[in-house]
Amino acid sequence: MTRRGFDAELQALQDDLLILGSMVEKAIVKSIDSLKRRDFALAQKVIEEDLLVNHKRYEMEETCLRLLATQQPMASDLRTIVAVLHITVDLERMGDYAEGIAKVSIMIGDEPLIKPLIDIPRMSELALGMLRGSLDAFIERDVEAAKKVCLDDDMVDALHEQVYRELLTYMLQDAKTINQATYLTWVAHNLERIADRSTNICERVLFAATGKMEEIGASKY
Amino acid sequence: MAERTAPQVEDADSTAKGVSEETSSSTPSVGAQAEDALHAGPIALETRGLSLYYGAFRALADINMKLPARRIMAIIGPSGCGKSSLLRCFNRMNELIPETRLEGQILFRGEDLYATDVDPTEVRHLIGMVFQKPNPFPKSIYDNVAFGPQIHGFSGSLDELVERSLTQAALWDEVKDRLKKSALELSGGQQQRLCIARALAVGPEVILMDEPASALDPLATLKIEDLMQELAENYTIVIVTHNMQQAARVSHFTAFMTTEGGGEPGRLVEVDSRDVIFTTPKDQRTQDYITGRYG
Repeated sequence: MTRRGFDAELQALQDDLLILGSMVEKAIVKSIDSLKRRDFALAQKVIEEDLLVNHKRYEMEETCLRLLATQQPMASDLRTIVAVLHITVDLERMGDYAEGIAKVSIMIGDEPLIKPLIDIPRMSELALGMLRGSLDAFIERDVEAAKKVCLDDDMVDALHEQVYRELLTYMLQDAKTINQATYLTWVAHNLERIADRSTNICERVLFAATGKMEEIGASKY
Repeated sequence: MAERTAPQVEDADSTAKGVSEETSSSTPSVGAQAEDALHAGPIALETRGLSLYYGAFRALADINMKLPARRIMAIIGPSGCGKSSLLRCFNRMNELIPETRLEGQILFRGEDLYATDVDPTEVRHLIGMVFQKPNPFPKSIYDNVAFGPQIHGFSGSLDELVERSLTQAALWDEVKDRLKKSALELSGGQQQRLCIARALAVGPEVILMDEPASALDPLATLKIEDLMQELAENYTIVIVTHNMQQAARVSHFTAFMTTEGGGEPGRLVEVDSRDVIFTTPKDQRTQDYITGRYG
Protein backbone atom coordinates (compact mmCIF):
# COMPACT_ATOMS: atom_id res chain seq x y z
CA MET A 1 0.00 0.00 0.00
CA THR A 2 1.31 3.44 -0.84
CA ARG A 3 1.33 6.28 1.69
CA ARG A 4 -1.58 7.77 -0.21
CA GLY A 5 -3.42 4.50 0.25
CA PHE A 6 -2.51 4.49 3.93
CA ASP A 7 -3.73 8.06 4.31
CA ALA A 8 -7.04 7.03 2.75
CA GLU A 9 -7.28 4.06 5.14
CA LEU A 10 -6.59 6.31 8.14
CA GLN A 11 -9.29 8.70 6.95
CA ALA A 12 -11.73 5.83 6.45
CA LEU A 13 -10.95 4.57 9.94
CA GLN A 14 -11.87 7.93 11.42
CA ASP A 15 -15.00 8.09 9.26
CA ASP A 16 -15.94 4.69 10.68
CA LEU A 17 -15.39 6.06 14.16
CA LEU A 18 -18.00 8.73 13.47
CA ILE A 19 -20.37 6.08 12.10
CA LEU A 20 -19.91 3.97 15.25
CA GLY A 21 -20.41 7.10 17.35
CA SER A 22 -23.61 7.86 15.49
CA MET A 23 -24.90 4.29 16.01
CA VAL A 24 -24.26 4.60 19.75
CA GLU A 25 -25.83 8.05 19.88
CA LYS A 26 -29.00 6.70 18.27
CA ALA A 27 -29.04 3.77 20.68
CA ILE A 28 -28.90 6.15 23.66
CA VAL A 29 -31.65 8.38 22.25
CA LYS A 30 -33.88 5.41 21.51
CA SER A 31 -33.30 3.79 24.89
CA ILE A 32 -34.37 6.93 26.76
CA ASP A 33 -37.32 7.40 24.37
CA SER A 34 -38.40 3.83 25.03
CA LEU A 35 -38.35 4.57 28.74
CA LYS A 36 -40.21 7.86 28.42
CA ARG A 37 -42.83 6.53 25.99
CA ARG A 38 -43.02 3.04 27.48
CA ASP A 39 -42.25 1.73 24.01
CA PHE A 40 -41.13 -1.87 24.46
CA ALA A 41 -40.75 -2.50 20.74
CA LEU A 42 -38.29 0.38 20.53
CA ALA A 43 -36.44 -0.98 23.58
CA GLN A 44 -36.26 -4.40 21.93
CA LYS A 45 -34.86 -2.74 18.80
CA VAL A 46 -32.07 -1.09 20.82
CA ILE A 47 -31.17 -4.49 22.29
CA GLU A 48 -31.08 -6.11 18.84
CA GLU A 49 -29.14 -3.27 17.25
CA ASP A 50 -26.45 -3.49 19.91
CA LEU A 51 -25.17 -6.52 17.99
CA LEU A 52 -24.50 -4.19 15.05
CA VAL A 53 -22.55 -1.84 17.33
CA ASN A 54 -20.47 -4.77 18.59
CA HIS A 55 -19.89 -5.96 15.06
CA LYS A 56 -18.77 -2.52 13.91
CA ARG A 57 -16.34 -2.28 16.84
CA TYR A 58 -14.72 -5.64 16.00
CA GLU A 59 -14.53 -4.70 12.33
CA MET A 60 -12.71 -1.49 13.28
CA GLU A 61 -10.38 -3.36 15.61
CA GLU A 62 -9.46 -5.67 12.77
CA THR A 63 -8.72 -2.68 10.55
CA CYS A 64 -6.50 -1.18 13.26
CA LEU A 65 -4.62 -4.46 13.70
CA ARG A 66 -4.14 -4.81 9.97
CA LEU A 67 -2.79 -1.28 9.66
CA LEU A 68 -0.45 -1.81 12.62
CA ALA A 69 0.82 -5.07 11.17
CA THR A 70 1.20 -3.99 7.58
CA GLN A 71 2.05 -0.29 7.74
CA GLN A 72 4.24 -0.06 10.86
CA PRO A 73 2.80 3.38 11.60
CA MET A 74 4.87 5.87 13.53
CA ALA A 75 4.33 9.10 15.46
CA SER A 76 0.94 10.76 14.85
CA ASP A 77 -0.25 7.87 12.64
CA LEU A 78 0.55 5.40 15.40
CA ARG A 79 -1.16 7.58 17.99
CA THR A 80 -4.25 7.90 15.80
CA ILE A 81 -4.64 4.15 15.40
CA VAL A 82 -4.01 3.42 19.08
CA ALA A 83 -6.47 6.17 20.05
CA VAL A 84 -9.11 4.76 17.69
CA LEU A 85 -8.61 1.30 19.23
CA HIS A 86 -9.34 2.74 22.68
CA ILE A 87 -12.25 4.88 21.53
CA THR A 88 -14.00 1.97 19.82
CA VAL A 89 -13.94 0.14 23.17
CA ASP A 90 -15.45 3.18 24.89
CA LEU A 91 -18.13 3.56 22.23
CA GLU A 92 -19.03 -0.11 22.27
CA ARG A 93 -19.38 0.07 26.03
CA MET A 94 -21.64 3.12 25.73
CA GLY A 95 -23.77 1.00 23.40
CA ASP A 96 -23.98 -1.60 26.17
CA TYR A 97 -25.16 1.08 28.61
CA ALA A 98 -27.89 2.09 26.16
CA GLU A 99 -28.85 -1.57 25.82
CA GLY A 100 -28.98 -1.74 29.65
CA ILE A 101 -31.39 1.21 29.73
CA ALA A 102 -33.55 -0.50 27.09
CA LYS A 103 -33.61 -3.66 29.23
CA VAL A 104 -34.69 -1.62 32.26
CA SER A 105 -37.44 -0.12 30.16
CA ILE A 106 -38.72 -3.63 29.41
CA MET A 107 -38.27 -4.77 33.01
CA ILE A 108 -40.41 -1.90 34.33
CA GLY A 109 -43.09 -3.15 31.97
CA ASP A 110 -46.60 -1.70 32.03
CA GLU A 111 -46.22 -0.36 35.53
CA PRO A 112 -46.78 3.43 35.59
CA LEU A 113 -43.64 5.45 36.29
CA ILE A 114 -43.34 6.49 39.93
CA LYS A 115 -42.27 10.00 38.91
CA PRO A 116 -42.15 12.12 35.78
CA LEU A 117 -38.81 11.74 34.01
CA ILE A 118 -37.13 15.16 34.12
CA ASP A 119 -33.56 14.86 35.31
CA ILE A 120 -32.89 11.56 33.52
CA PRO A 121 -33.64 13.08 30.07
CA ARG A 122 -31.49 16.07 31.11
CA MET A 123 -28.65 13.72 31.95
CA SER A 124 -29.20 12.01 28.62
CA GLU A 125 -29.01 15.29 26.69
CA LEU A 126 -25.80 16.28 28.47
CA ALA A 127 -24.22 12.85 27.95
CA LEU A 128 -25.16 12.90 24.27
CA GLY A 129 -23.65 16.36 23.92
CA MET A 130 -20.46 15.11 25.50
CA LEU A 131 -20.36 12.12 23.17
CA ARG A 132 -20.76 14.31 20.08
CA GLY A 133 -18.33 16.93 21.40
CA SER A 134 -15.65 14.39 22.24
CA LEU A 135 -15.76 12.81 18.78
CA ASP A 136 -15.71 16.21 17.07
CA ALA A 137 -12.70 17.16 19.20
CA PHE A 138 -11.00 13.93 18.19
CA ILE A 139 -11.52 14.47 14.49
CA GLU A 140 -10.18 18.03 14.85
CA ARG A 141 -7.47 16.99 17.37
CA ASP A 142 -8.74 19.98 19.35
CA VAL A 143 -7.42 19.60 22.90
CA GLU A 144 -9.12 22.75 24.18
CA ALA A 145 -12.50 21.59 22.87
CA ALA A 146 -11.91 18.20 24.52
CA LYS A 147 -11.19 19.87 27.86
CA LYS A 148 -14.36 21.92 27.51
CA VAL A 149 -16.43 18.79 26.89
CA CYS A 150 -15.12 17.30 30.13
CA LEU A 151 -16.48 20.24 32.12
CA ASP A 152 -20.02 18.93 31.48
CA ASP A 153 -19.17 15.74 33.34
CA ASP A 154 -19.54 17.62 36.63
CA MET A 155 -23.11 18.57 35.68
CA VAL A 156 -23.91 14.97 34.80
CA ASP A 157 -22.46 13.83 38.12
CA ALA A 158 -24.52 16.42 39.99
CA LEU A 159 -27.71 15.33 38.23
CA HIS A 160 -26.89 11.71 38.96
CA GLU A 161 -26.61 12.50 42.63
CA GLN A 162 -29.87 14.46 42.53
CA VAL A 163 -31.74 11.60 40.82
CA TYR A 164 -30.28 9.09 43.24
CA ARG A 165 -31.34 11.09 46.31
CA GLU A 166 -34.80 11.72 44.90
CA LEU A 167 -35.31 8.02 44.18
CA LEU A 168 -34.08 7.14 47.67
CA THR A 169 -36.73 9.46 49.06
CA TYR A 170 -39.40 7.64 47.03
CA MET A 171 -38.14 4.32 48.35
CA LEU A 172 -38.16 5.54 51.95
CA GLN A 173 -41.66 6.91 51.60
CA ASP A 174 -43.20 3.89 49.90
CA ALA A 175 -41.56 0.45 49.85
CA LYS A 176 -43.65 -0.52 46.82
CA THR A 177 -41.56 1.86 44.71
CA ILE A 178 -38.27 0.18 45.61
CA ASN A 179 -38.26 -2.10 42.58
CA GLN A 180 -38.84 0.58 39.97
CA ALA A 181 -36.79 3.19 41.80
CA THR A 182 -33.85 0.79 41.81
CA TYR A 183 -34.26 0.26 38.07
CA LEU A 184 -34.27 4.02 37.52
CA THR A 185 -31.07 4.44 39.58
CA TRP A 186 -29.52 1.97 37.13
CA VAL A 187 -30.62 4.16 34.24
CA ALA A 188 -29.08 7.24 35.89
CA HIS A 189 -25.92 5.25 36.61
CA ASN A 190 -25.67 4.14 32.97
CA LEU A 191 -26.01 7.72 31.75
CA GLU A 192 -23.36 8.84 34.21
CA ARG A 193 -21.06 6.12 32.86
CA ILE A 194 -21.75 7.20 29.27
CA ALA A 195 -20.59 10.71 30.21
CA ASP A 196 -17.47 9.25 31.84
CA ARG A 197 -16.68 7.27 28.70
CA SER A 198 -16.88 10.53 26.74
CA THR A 199 -14.20 11.98 29.02
CA ASN A 200 -12.09 8.91 28.15
CA ILE A 201 -12.46 9.86 24.49
CA CYS A 202 -11.39 13.40 25.36
CA GLU A 203 -8.25 12.01 26.98
CA ARG A 204 -7.55 10.20 23.70
CA VAL A 205 -7.84 13.54 21.90
CA LEU A 206 -5.00 14.82 24.08
CA PHE A 207 -3.01 11.64 23.39
CA ALA A 208 -3.56 11.72 19.62
CA ALA A 209 -2.66 15.39 19.42
CA THR A 210 0.33 15.47 21.77
CA GLY A 211 1.26 11.97 22.92
CA LYS A 212 0.44 12.91 26.52
CA MET A 213 -1.50 10.42 28.60
CA GLU A 214 -3.33 12.34 31.31
CA GLU A 215 -6.68 12.23 33.01
CA ILE A 216 -8.83 15.23 32.16
CA GLY A 217 -11.24 16.05 34.98
CA ALA A 218 -11.58 12.90 37.10
CA SER A 219 -15.19 11.86 37.62
CA LYS A 220 -16.71 11.94 41.08
CA TYR A 221 -17.93 8.37 40.58
CA MET B 1 44.28 7.94 23.58
CA ALA B 2 46.92 5.26 23.24
CA GLU B 3 45.87 3.47 26.38
CA ARG B 4 43.30 0.79 25.68
CA THR B 5 41.07 0.01 28.61
CA ALA B 6 37.77 -1.75 28.96
CA PRO B 7 35.03 0.82 29.10
CA GLN B 8 34.12 1.53 32.73
CA VAL B 9 30.91 3.40 32.61
CA GLU B 10 27.75 3.70 34.61
CA ASP B 11 24.41 3.14 33.01
CA ALA B 12 22.79 6.12 31.39
CA ASP B 13 19.06 6.34 31.75
CA SER B 14 17.79 5.22 28.41
CA THR B 15 14.15 5.24 29.34
CA ALA B 16 13.43 8.91 28.92
CA LYS B 17 9.91 9.38 27.73
CA GLY B 18 7.40 12.11 27.30
CA VAL B 19 7.11 15.37 25.57
CA SER B 20 9.28 18.33 26.27
CA GLU B 21 9.07 21.91 25.23
CA GLU B 22 8.67 22.85 21.61
CA THR B 23 11.81 23.84 19.82
CA SER B 24 12.46 25.85 16.74
CA SER B 25 12.37 23.79 13.57
CA SER B 26 15.50 25.45 12.30
CA THR B 27 17.73 24.21 15.10
CA PRO B 28 18.40 20.63 16.08
CA SER B 29 15.97 19.63 18.76
CA VAL B 30 17.03 17.74 21.83
CA GLY B 31 14.11 16.97 24.14
CA ALA B 32 14.54 18.06 27.75
CA GLN B 33 14.15 14.54 29.09
CA ALA B 34 16.47 13.08 26.48
CA GLU B 35 18.87 15.84 27.47
CA ASP B 36 18.67 14.49 31.03
CA ALA B 37 19.31 10.99 29.78
CA LEU B 38 22.17 12.17 27.61
CA HIS B 39 23.76 13.69 30.68
CA ALA B 40 22.89 10.90 33.10
CA GLY B 41 25.85 8.74 32.17
CA PRO B 42 29.21 9.13 30.53
CA ILE B 43 29.40 10.34 26.96
CA ALA B 44 31.42 8.18 24.57
CA LEU B 45 31.47 10.54 21.61
CA GLU B 46 30.50 14.15 21.14
CA THR B 47 30.49 16.36 18.08
CA ARG B 48 30.80 20.13 18.39
CA GLY B 49 30.00 22.29 15.41
CA LEU B 50 31.09 19.50 13.10
CA SER B 51 31.21 20.27 9.40
CA LEU B 52 32.70 18.00 6.77
CA TYR B 53 33.91 18.98 3.31
CA TYR B 54 34.74 16.78 0.34
CA GLY B 55 36.78 19.31 -1.64
CA ALA B 56 34.48 22.31 -2.07
CA PHE B 57 31.36 20.31 -1.25
CA ARG B 58 30.09 20.72 2.28
CA ALA B 59 28.66 17.31 3.18
CA LEU B 60 27.82 17.97 6.82
CA ALA B 61 26.99 21.24 8.54
CA ASP B 62 27.20 22.14 12.20
CA ILE B 63 26.46 18.77 13.76
CA ASN B 64 26.19 18.92 17.54
CA MET B 65 25.36 15.70 19.28
CA LYS B 66 26.31 13.53 22.22
CA LEU B 67 26.44 9.77 22.13
CA PRO B 68 26.05 8.16 25.57
CA ALA B 69 28.42 5.31 26.37
CA ARG B 70 27.15 1.75 26.21
CA ARG B 71 24.00 2.77 24.42
CA ILE B 72 22.85 2.29 20.85
CA MET B 73 22.46 5.48 18.83
CA ALA B 74 20.67 5.03 15.52
CA ILE B 75 21.16 7.65 12.83
CA ILE B 76 18.32 7.77 10.33
CA GLY B 77 17.54 10.02 7.40
CA PRO B 78 17.02 10.03 3.64
CA SER B 79 19.71 9.03 1.17
CA GLY B 80 22.40 11.65 0.79
CA CYS B 81 21.78 13.32 4.15
CA GLY B 82 25.28 12.52 5.37
CA LYS B 83 24.58 9.70 7.82
CA SER B 84 27.41 7.49 6.59
CA SER B 85 29.73 10.49 6.25
CA LEU B 86 29.09 11.34 9.89
CA LEU B 87 29.67 7.72 10.89
CA ARG B 88 33.00 7.69 9.08
CA CYS B 89 34.04 10.87 10.90
CA PHE B 90 33.78 8.96 14.17
CA ASN B 91 36.75 6.76 13.37
CA ARG B 92 38.58 9.05 10.95
CA MET B 93 37.72 6.87 7.97
CA ASN B 94 36.92 9.97 5.91
CA GLU B 95 40.60 10.84 5.96
CA LEU B 96 41.13 7.99 3.53
CA ILE B 97 39.17 10.02 0.97
CA PRO B 98 41.33 12.70 -0.70
CA GLU B 99 40.55 16.39 -0.12
CA THR B 100 38.45 15.70 2.94
CA ARG B 101 38.38 18.51 5.46
CA LEU B 102 36.74 18.70 8.85
CA GLU B 103 35.71 21.71 10.90
CA GLY B 104 34.62 21.63 14.51
CA GLN B 105 35.46 18.90 16.94
CA ILE B 106 34.77 15.29 17.75
CA LEU B 107 35.50 14.34 21.33
CA PHE B 108 36.12 10.74 22.28
CA ARG B 109 36.19 10.20 26.05
CA GLY B 110 36.44 13.98 26.25
CA GLU B 111 39.58 14.22 24.09
CA ASP B 112 39.84 15.66 20.59
CA LEU B 113 39.78 12.72 18.20
CA TYR B 114 41.49 14.77 15.52
CA ALA B 115 44.29 16.24 17.66
CA THR B 116 47.65 16.13 15.91
CA ASP B 117 49.10 13.65 18.40
CA VAL B 118 46.32 11.12 17.89
CA ASP B 119 47.18 8.12 15.73
CA PRO B 120 44.29 7.39 13.29
CA THR B 121 45.15 3.68 13.34
CA GLU B 122 44.75 3.62 17.09
CA VAL B 123 41.44 5.44 16.71
CA ARG B 124 40.22 2.67 14.42
CA HIS B 125 41.06 0.03 17.05
CA LEU B 126 39.07 1.81 19.68
CA ILE B 127 36.27 2.76 17.33
CA GLY B 128 35.68 -0.20 15.04
CA MET B 129 33.45 -0.38 12.02
CA VAL B 130 31.16 -2.95 10.47
CA PHE B 131 30.12 -2.32 6.88
CA GLN B 132 26.96 -2.82 4.88
CA LYS B 133 28.23 -5.87 3.02
CA PRO B 134 30.10 -8.50 5.01
CA ASN B 135 33.74 -8.30 3.95
CA PRO B 136 35.63 -11.19 5.51
CA PHE B 137 39.23 -11.70 4.46
CA PRO B 138 39.76 -14.68 2.13
CA LYS B 139 41.25 -16.55 5.04
CA SER B 140 40.05 -19.07 7.60
CA ILE B 141 37.43 -18.13 10.17
CA TYR B 142 40.12 -18.29 12.85
CA ASP B 143 42.55 -16.10 10.94
CA ASN B 144 39.89 -13.50 10.21
CA VAL B 145 39.54 -12.88 13.93
CA ALA B 146 43.21 -13.38 14.84
CA PHE B 147 44.63 -11.21 12.06
CA GLY B 148 44.05 -7.79 13.61
CA PRO B 149 45.37 -8.60 17.07
CA GLN B 150 48.37 -10.39 15.53
CA ILE B 151 49.54 -7.49 13.42
CA HIS B 152 49.12 -5.19 16.41
CA GLY B 153 51.39 -7.34 18.52
CA PHE B 154 48.83 -9.10 20.69
CA SER B 155 50.79 -11.17 23.19
CA GLY B 156 48.12 -13.22 24.99
CA SER B 157 46.45 -16.46 23.98
CA LEU B 158 45.12 -16.06 20.46
CA ASP B 159 42.93 -19.15 20.84
CA GLU B 160 41.20 -17.61 23.84
CA LEU B 161 40.83 -14.26 22.10
CA VAL B 162 39.32 -15.88 19.01
CA GLU B 163 36.89 -17.92 21.10
CA ARG B 164 35.93 -14.90 23.22
CA SER B 165 35.38 -12.67 20.19
CA LEU B 166 33.36 -15.28 18.31
CA THR B 167 31.30 -15.95 21.44
CA GLN B 168 30.62 -12.24 21.90
CA ALA B 169 29.54 -12.10 18.27
CA ALA B 170 27.16 -15.04 18.88
CA LEU B 171 28.95 -17.12 16.28
CA TRP B 172 31.15 -19.49 18.31
CA ASP B 173 28.67 -22.37 18.56
CA GLU B 174 28.10 -22.32 14.81
CA VAL B 175 31.76 -22.32 13.79
CA LYS B 176 33.76 -23.87 16.65
CA ASP B 177 34.18 -27.15 14.74
CA ARG B 178 35.35 -25.55 11.51
CA LEU B 179 37.58 -22.70 12.54
CA LYS B 180 40.13 -23.53 9.86
CA LYS B 181 37.56 -23.47 7.06
CA SER B 182 37.40 -20.47 4.76
CA ALA B 183 35.29 -17.59 6.06
CA LEU B 184 33.86 -17.27 2.57
CA GLU B 185 31.96 -20.56 3.11
CA LEU B 186 29.82 -18.93 5.81
CA SER B 187 26.35 -17.56 5.11
CA GLY B 188 25.91 -13.80 4.73
CA GLY B 189 24.59 -13.43 8.26
CA GLN B 190 27.43 -15.52 9.68
CA GLN B 191 29.97 -13.51 7.68
CA GLN B 192 28.56 -10.29 9.13
CA ARG B 193 28.83 -11.68 12.67
CA LEU B 194 32.38 -12.76 11.84
CA CYS B 195 33.13 -9.17 10.84
CA ILE B 196 31.71 -8.05 14.19
CA ALA B 197 33.91 -10.63 15.95
CA ARG B 198 36.87 -9.29 13.97
CA ALA B 199 36.10 -5.76 15.13
CA LEU B 200 35.70 -6.93 18.74
CA ALA B 201 39.01 -8.81 18.71
CA VAL B 202 41.09 -5.61 18.69
CA GLY B 203 39.39 -4.31 21.84
CA PRO B 204 37.22 -1.42 20.73
CA GLU B 205 35.02 0.74 22.92
CA VAL B 206 32.75 1.92 20.14
CA ILE B 207 31.39 -0.06 17.21
CA LEU B 208 30.13 1.83 14.18
CA MET B 209 27.68 -0.05 11.99
CA ASP B 210 26.83 1.18 8.52
CA GLU B 211 23.64 -0.57 7.41
CA PRO B 212 24.93 -3.81 8.95
CA ALA B 213 21.87 -5.86 8.09
CA SER B 214 20.76 -4.43 4.77
CA ALA B 215 22.29 -7.31 2.82
CA LEU B 216 20.88 -9.98 5.13
CA ASP B 217 17.64 -11.95 5.22
CA PRO B 218 15.10 -11.26 8.02
CA LEU B 219 16.30 -14.05 10.32
CA ALA B 220 19.96 -13.09 9.97
CA THR B 221 18.91 -9.48 10.54
CA LEU B 222 17.18 -10.36 13.81
CA LYS B 223 20.31 -12.20 14.97
CA ILE B 224 22.41 -9.10 14.30
CA GLU B 225 19.85 -6.97 16.16
CA ASP B 226 19.87 -9.32 19.16
CA LEU B 227 23.64 -9.24 19.08
CA MET B 228 23.63 -5.45 19.10
CA GLN B 229 21.52 -5.45 22.25
CA GLU B 230 23.97 -7.80 23.95
CA LEU B 231 26.99 -5.82 22.81
CA ALA B 232 25.49 -2.58 24.10
CA GLU B 233 26.10 -3.87 27.63
CA ASN B 234 29.81 -3.33 27.04
CA TYR B 235 30.17 -1.21 23.93
CA THR B 236 28.83 2.01 22.52
CA ILE B 237 27.12 1.30 19.22
CA VAL B 238 26.31 3.75 16.48
CA ILE B 239 24.19 2.37 13.66
CA VAL B 240 23.28 4.02 10.41
CA THR B 241 20.16 2.46 8.95
CA HIS B 242 17.57 3.10 6.30
CA ASN B 243 15.29 0.68 8.06
CA MET B 244 13.24 2.75 10.49
CA GLN B 245 11.69 -0.30 12.10
CA GLN B 246 15.20 -1.52 12.80
CA ALA B 247 16.13 1.81 14.40
CA ALA B 248 12.93 1.63 16.44
CA ARG B 249 13.65 -1.95 17.51
CA VAL B 250 17.28 -1.63 18.52
CA SER B 251 18.23 1.91 19.46
CA HIS B 252 18.16 3.69 22.80
CA PHE B 253 18.56 7.08 21.13
CA THR B 254 17.75 8.09 17.59
CA ALA B 255 19.09 10.98 15.56
CA PHE B 256 17.32 12.22 12.44
CA MET B 257 19.38 13.94 9.75
CA THR B 258 18.25 15.49 6.53
CA THR B 259 19.35 17.77 3.74
CA GLU B 260 17.44 20.54 2.04
CA GLY B 261 18.23 19.18 -1.39
CA GLY B 262 21.00 18.28 -3.82
CA GLY B 263 24.20 20.16 -3.07
CA GLU B 264 23.03 21.16 0.40
CA PRO B 265 24.85 19.76 3.44
CA GLY B 266 23.39 17.19 5.77
CA ARG B 267 22.14 18.58 9.06
CA LEU B 268 21.02 17.07 12.32
CA VAL B 269 17.34 17.83 12.78
CA GLU B 270 16.49 16.10 16.01
CA VAL B 271 18.05 13.70 18.47
CA ASP B 272 16.09 12.23 21.32
CA SER B 273 15.25 9.00 23.07
CA ARG B 274 14.00 6.36 20.65
CA ASP B 275 10.55 6.42 22.24
CA VAL B 276 10.12 10.15 21.67
CA ILE B 277 11.39 10.11 18.09
CA PHE B 278 9.03 7.31 17.05
CA THR B 279 5.93 8.40 18.94
CA THR B 280 6.07 12.16 19.48
CA PRO B 281 8.85 13.74 17.41
CA LYS B 282 9.07 17.49 17.83
CA ASP B 283 10.18 18.56 14.40
CA GLN B 284 7.71 18.33 11.51
CA ARG B 285 10.50 17.09 9.22
CA THR B 286 11.13 14.14 11.54
CA GLN B 287 7.41 13.46 11.70
CA ASP B 288 7.15 13.53 7.90
CA TYR B 289 10.12 11.22 7.45
CA ILE B 290 9.18 8.56 9.96
CA THR B 291 5.57 8.48 8.80
CA GLY B 292 6.69 8.02 5.22
CA ARG B 293 5.53 11.39 3.96
CA TYR B 294 8.94 12.80 3.24
CA GLY B 295 9.43 14.58 -0.03
